Amino acid sequence: MKENILIIGGGIAGLEAASQLLKLGYNPIIVERSGRLGGHVADWNRLFPDMTPAEEVVSRLVAGASEANIFLNTEISFINRLKDSYNVMLSNGVSIITKIMLFATGFSLFDASKKEEYGYGVYNQVMTNSDLERWFNTGHDCRITEEGPSAMGFVHCVGSRDEKARNSQCSKVCCITAVKQAIEMKQKFPDAMIYCFYMDLRMFGKKFEDFYISAQRDYGIRFIRGRVSEVSENIEGKLVVKAEDTLSGRPVKVTLDLLVLMSGIVCDHQTCRTAGMLSLPLDSDGFLKSRDNIADITASPKEGIFYAGACTGPKTVPETLAEARSAALEIHNHIISLSEELNSNSEGQ
Amino acid sequence: MDFGFKISPSSAVNLDNVDLSLYDRLHEVEPDIAKCIACGSCSASCPAGRFSGMSMRKVILDLQRGRQKEAVKMLSGCMLCGKCLMVCPRGINTRHLILAICKLYGED
Ligand SMILES: Cc1cc2nc3c(=O)[nH]c(=O)nc-3n(C[C@H](O)[C@H](O)[C@H](O)COP(=O)(O)OP(=O)(O)OC[C@H]3O[C@@H](n4cnc5c(N)ncnc54)[C@H](O)[C@@H]3O)c2cc1C
Ligand code: SF4
Ligand code: SF4
Ligand code: SF4
Repeated sequence: MKENILIIGGGIAGLEAASQLLKLGYNPIIVERSGRLGGHVADWNRLFPDMTPAEEVVSRLVAGASEANIFLNTEISFINRLKDSYNVMLSNGVSIITKIMLFATGFSLFDASKKEEYGYGVYNQVMTNSDLERWFNTGHDCRITEEGPSAMGFVHCVGSRDEKARNSQCSKVCCITAVKQAIEMKQKFPDAMIYCFYMDLRMFGKKFEDFYISAQRDYGIRFIRGRVSEVSENIEGKLVVKAEDTLSGRPVKVTLDLLVLMSGIVCDHQTCRTAGMLSLPLDSDGFLKSRDNIADITASPKEGIFYAGACTGPKTVPETLAEARSAALEIHNHIISLSEELNSNSEGQ
Repeated sequence: MDFGFKISPSSAVNLDNVDLSLYDRLHEVEPDIAKCIACGSCSASCPAGRFSGMSMRKVILDLQRGRQKEAVKMLSGCMLCGKCLMVCPRGINTRHLILAICKLYGED
């Protein structure tokens, strides 16, 4: 009989792991709480660094995992530990016996309305990175007019690197996302004046620095080093943004038609609950804690439970996919060692 | 009438009122000016800086923030030795840029 492997989360990590496990001859079962596959990437439009359409990436992954058992709109209700396996009860009434579980539960976007000083949900022209991706996809958002903004800004580190927001971590992908989105807006609205308000620019990945240089040189995006202190509205209903230009040591003020908040990546609270059912520990950054952050990032401290993707911290798409493949291989090795153990036990009797 | 006191002008920069038309013309002939990351290598290696207060980093920032008077004044402390262009990590030909600034802003 083919070995069952329960994958929690049908984002790109879960899909890629499932497709690799199918190739290795196992029976992956994906449990996805939303009504569709692809996770966050299914909400995005074009992906850095090569502006690949996100839809292409997701549909390729969905096709690769199509032979897997997939439950949409389903969650884990409870988990019973059996002698050498788990009995997992799903919210749709199905119960699954499995020795192996893979957490591919991803992340949550920081709720930008918690940073009240930025006015998300208060002023009409404030949106998030995720709202802007959705607008790229659908073209519908009352915050963006047809003629576009004449001046707009991006606020970096919203809910990241911020102890007041109880998240001191860097979300890693939002600097490059801001630069990508600034370029996309400039392509759509060439006359718009576009500002990025940053504390540090963290362009760590392949070709990210090229993106930044191009944003400066070819698109004239204006980078202001200083954290936005407050946003208000003037009588014309435009946004007034204040910050310090820390390079010149002077306060700056600018009037904008649109402000995009780069909401950070935080651990999903429901994931924490599911992890709690299995007594899996959280790391000091709030994400699931790996057995070892250098050598064993895809293994949990518990036998038979594995991790892939953004559930252990902010990651890019290629990093997530690489981890999903690596987790599939770890699972394969684990299953082989289980059956070797079984064989040597039965020989010994 | 002079009462012997005045309100000191606010040091705040209002980006709405900054006139960047000259900077935009400069950007057209020297697009690399926009690549500056304010690392300060140019200023740190400048032999004139110690004596004249010249800082290429500040000149670029002042131009980008519409403070061209200050920028042009500072440039008078440069002796065009070209040391700064050897160290710029963004490959900006700062010496060439300085000459372009003098030409463009001198005209004005
Ligand atoms: C604004 C923004 C733009 C980005 N753009 C890019 C880009 O251009 N290029 C790039 O490389 N990266 C980009 N990223 C990063 C990218 O989104 C992540 O790398 C990717 O989403 C991680 O995939 P994942 O499968 O680990 O998690 P997710 O995408 O979060 O997927 C997790 C899935 O698991 C499901 N789930 C969670 N908990 C449970 C549960 N308890 N039970 C059942 N199902 C559950 C969720 O519904 C979801 O479908 C961007 C990130 C942000 C925030
Ligand atoms: S990636 Fe950039 S915007 Fe995001 S948290 Fe880190 S420094 Fe801030
Ligand atoms: S060219 Fe001018 S600014 Fe550059 S190092 Fe020489 S004196 Fe300093
Ligand atoms: S060395 Fe180059 S990048 Fe650094 S501050 Fe000077 S001009 Fe800008």
